[in-house]
Amino acid sequence: MSATSTIPVRVSEIEPVAESIKRVRLERPDGRPLPPFSPGAHVVVSMNDGGRIRRNPYSLMSEPDDRGYYAISVLRAEKSRGGSAFIHDVLKAGDELTISHPVNLFPADKRGRKHILIAGGIGITPFIAMMAGFARDNVPFELHYAMRSRAHGAYWRDLVASYGAHRIKPYFSAEYQVLPVATLLENQPLGTHVYVCGPDRLTDCVLDAARNTGWPAANVHTERFLAPAGGKPFDVELIRSGITVHVGEHESILEAVEAAGIDAPCLCRGGACGQCETSVIACDGQLLHHDVYLSDDEKAGGRKIMICVSRFEGTRLSLDL
Amino acid sequence: MLVEGITSRPVHGGIQVDLFARRHFFALEGEGALALLAQAPALDEAFFDRCEVLYAAADAAGRGYDEALARLKPDLFRQTPTVETLLFRLRGCLSRATMGTRLYVAGGEGFIGRCMNVAAGFGMDAGTVLTEHRGSAARRVQCVHCKGITEDVSESPFACSHCGLNLLVRDHYSKRLGAFQGVCIDAEEPVSASRTPEEVFQ
Ligand code: FES
Repeated sequence: MSATSTIPVRVSEIEPVAESIKRVRLERPDGRPLPPFSPGAHVVVSMNDGGRIRRNPYSLMSEPDDRGYYAISVLRAEKSRGGSAFIHDVLKAGDELTISHPVNLFPADKRGRKHILIAGGIGITPFIAMMAGFARDNVPFELHYAMRSRAHGAYWRDLVASYGAHRIKPYFSAEYQVLPVATLLENQPLGTHVYVCGPDRLTDCVLDAARNTGWPAANVHTERFLAPAGGKPFDVELIRSGITVHVGEHESILEAVEAAGIDAPCLCRGGACGQCETSVIACDGQLLHHDVYLSDDEKAGGRKIMICVSRFEGTRLSLDL
Repeated sequence: MLVEGITSRPVHGGIQVDLFARRHFFALEGEGALALLAQAPALDEAFFDRCEVLYAAADAAGRGYDEALARLKPDLFRQTPTVETLLFRLRGCLSRATMGTRLYVAGGEGFIGRCMNVAAGFGMDAGTVLTEHRGSAARRVQCVHCKGITEDVSESPFACSHCGLNLLVRDHYSKRLGAFQGVCIDAEEPVSASRTPEEVFQ
């Protein structure tokens, strides 16, 4: 991310909305309008956590037409590498942060006749702006929203109140309710699109069910929230820059490279967009691919790595950076 | 005169059946019957039980493709006298179809365009309809000036059947309309002498 593409913001409000979930409202300190965004977009929030820069992607959930502020929701990750714990424990109203321009890797297909949104837990966030868009354009939609319990789920009461129980269907696993993915996908009319955002298990289940009920792949949309996985620390040699950087336990290669002052291309920071694809020049050991971008063949080939989420175990790794 | 390299020119990838689909609709015209007949030996009864076939023989009438298709014993087989009646039936089929339905279209360029246009009306994405070009390369062309559509255009330039302008047929294709775009070729010299058609789509 180059410096010119960032926007300074101030936290104007931060409040808990459910168990382990906080909603953060961001405004420009100079009061100028923020860039418009399309439903499904996210921003990368940079936080200075005790000298260490954390950059995490969060979906924008404010009204896409309201340029006065952005809102994001942050779940405290169980094994937080710092980003979400920092937002929960340290960040307070009045603090300043920088964010990237909004990027949309999960847009709604405007040609759709009907949209089925399937959310698991914090995966609800991109759908909040999407539903506002569908309601405004008067396009049929349904939200099927799986949560651990009434207390853990965010926003579901408000959503039922604004869009009605016929469109918003919550499922609580604590009450043994199951989101009936296969039956849901079985009898949808032509022109329907399905979107899923949530844990991998839910995403995989929707992809499987869609394939088995004969859906064309073009009508199935997914957004995976991938936090860079932690792991054993290792060193990476950057051939073009002529330096070696150390990647810590709770750090991604991308973060370590940025900390060393090198501007590496990236966009989603979640292993999905393909921007950070880097060629592997030498590898003595094993690449641990965590992205959803490279094909299985490419992963097995060992010539490429997505440095925002993937790691390495072994003795020597050299990258074309 | 044809403008080359326009990426909207449709690529017909063939109607390889998708065995994950729950229901299969085939819209076939003329030689397009062969696109299904060719893969039939590899398909079983269970497949044809979930299959609906609409066929307009057009200029392939008398070649026995209709009987060959009927012998496959699809769940529904309809031979229609014209492409119009086929499209009418296709609308009926699609109106009760679900997302598990796959549409396969094989025939002339103009026929494919008309079926795509019907499919788009039901919200089907062009990329999810499988197409195979067989038979005539005559095009379905929209006049970008009067918006009238002329079927079976086999020459370029040609006179728009609606407004009479002389149109150059471009490779520029509208997925929404299922038609190639025709643009006035002699706006600067409207009464120019001879216009020999330069390209022939057949
Ligand atoms: S930044 Fe998008 S895949 Fe790495």
